[in-house]
Amino acid sequence: MNEMSISGWRRENNRVGVRNHVLILPLDDLSNAACEAVANNIKGTMAIPHAYGRLQFGEDLEVHFRTLIGTGSNPNVAAVIVIGIEPSWTSRVVDGIRKTGKPVEGFWIEQHGDINTIASASRKAKEFVQWASELKREPVPVSDLWISTKCGESDTTTGLASCPAVGNMYDKLIPKGIYGVFGETSEITGGEHLARKRAISPEIEEKWFKMWKAYQEDVIEAHKTDDLSDSQPTKGNILGGLTTIEEKALGNLEKIGHNSKFLDALQPAEAPARGPGLYYMDTSSAAAECVTLMAAAGYVIHTFPTGQGNVIGNPIVPVIKITGNPRTVRTMPEHIDVDVSGVLRREMTIDQAGDALIDNIGRTANGRLTAAEALGHREFSMTKLYRSA
Amino acid sequence: MSIPQLLVHNPEDNVGVVVVEDLKAGTDMLCVITKTNTAFHLTVNDDVPIGHKVALRDLKSGETAIKYGEDIGKMVADARKGSHVHTQNLKTKRW
Repeated sequence: MNEMSISGWRRENNRVGVRNHVLILPLDDLSNAACEAVANNIKGTMAIPHAYGRLQFGEDLEVHFRTLIGTGSNPNVAAVIVIGIEPSWTSRVVDGIRKTGKPVEGFWIEQHGDINTIASASRKAKEFVQWASELKREPVPVSDLWISTKCGESDTTTGLASCPAVGNMYDKLIPKGIYGVFGETSEITGGEHLARKRAISPEIEEKWFKMWKAYQEDVIEAHKTDDLSDSQPTKGNILGGLTTIEEKALGNLEKIGHNSKFLDALQPAEAPARGPGLYYMDTSSAAAECVTLMAAAGYVIHTFPTGQGNVIGNPIVPVIKITGNPRTVRTMPEHIDVDVSGVLRREMTIDQAGDALIDNIGRTANGRLTAAEALGHREFSMTKLYRSA
Repeated sequence: MSIPQLLVHNPEDNVGVVVVEDLKAGTDMLCVITKTNTAFHLTVNDDVPIGHKVALRDLKSGETAIKYGEDIGKMVADARKGSHVHTQNLKTKRW
């Protein structure tokens, strides 16, 4: 592997971003329309509408705030406008993002109406985007990259080629000081005996196991109607040849490589705090929800192995698609960033596949648009733990 | 080495994965165990789509299917050596 030469924007809090977005962030569903109007007025800004933010409570509300504050705080974001229906929760998000030192300002609609709110927010958004457009990239060490992973529309080729390519990348880059993260609690089932052994200490293993077991008891056992065979593996997984959750889990775990232990088991959207290395995050296996949570934890590039061809992107984080399935390469090439189908033909080793991914990560960090970015995929999905009040 | 039609993760596995499109019943497949880079031949009994599994030996209902050297579920119907293994004869032990 050659030394990577990468550049990025060093933010006020010393974290490095590889994109330079100005976000128009709604606190709640009611504020989506105003945010979209501001983003339409001011070119170079981006609204990220979502479905929630009203009458949530308890841990579900905490996840909501962590996700919004984390998204705005992500170093791929230069500055943020927050719009909510009322001042109190809007200010909580603004204050959370402000801790990074980046420019952020909140607006609320009650007693102003959409039109006045849009006018005021648009003036500030214009100021932010012109300021951000003058910020310069600078050379940064590879250790400043935070790289997340989650696979989707998996099939048996993901376990043979694309997930091991990500694992190989982690085995090479984690020793250089990057942060990594994997998750997908439901998809560990069948491989939990292998996953728990990768915890850094008995304490973290216990923490992780409680997280996994709580999912089994509080989600699966509480809500299942017959078994999960109809949703895990998914219909797409089954078409691709995966038969059981155990088989899917074993392929999924190939993503974390062979050498790294995970340092902590994070709550959804919780930022890692135990230094560089690999982390686990308690997430759904639904692609957009999982990538949204990892982006909110501060990860700046996402590596996404796919078999049958998941098309997901994210508004603020470039999502790199890797596939080993030659049929997917042939039928939907516009979605694929790294083709490792040579592994199946025995023309490419896993080591070479890992290097191809690392090369693409470097180019993506330096500004190359991913397939998902070029195609306009901006899936932003909030995780909802239970019904609102 | 020529291009294989079937890849097997681990020498302990009793199923392998078809890695080419349009595989027809009766094909004498070149099979490679990736962990050890060893090759063998096996005739496939069915038309099996890319990504789908084939039994490496006769598997009886109730037996455990092994892939990655690990338990991936139980056979719920017999599968002859060379036959397609999927939801019709293999089921999770978990749910």
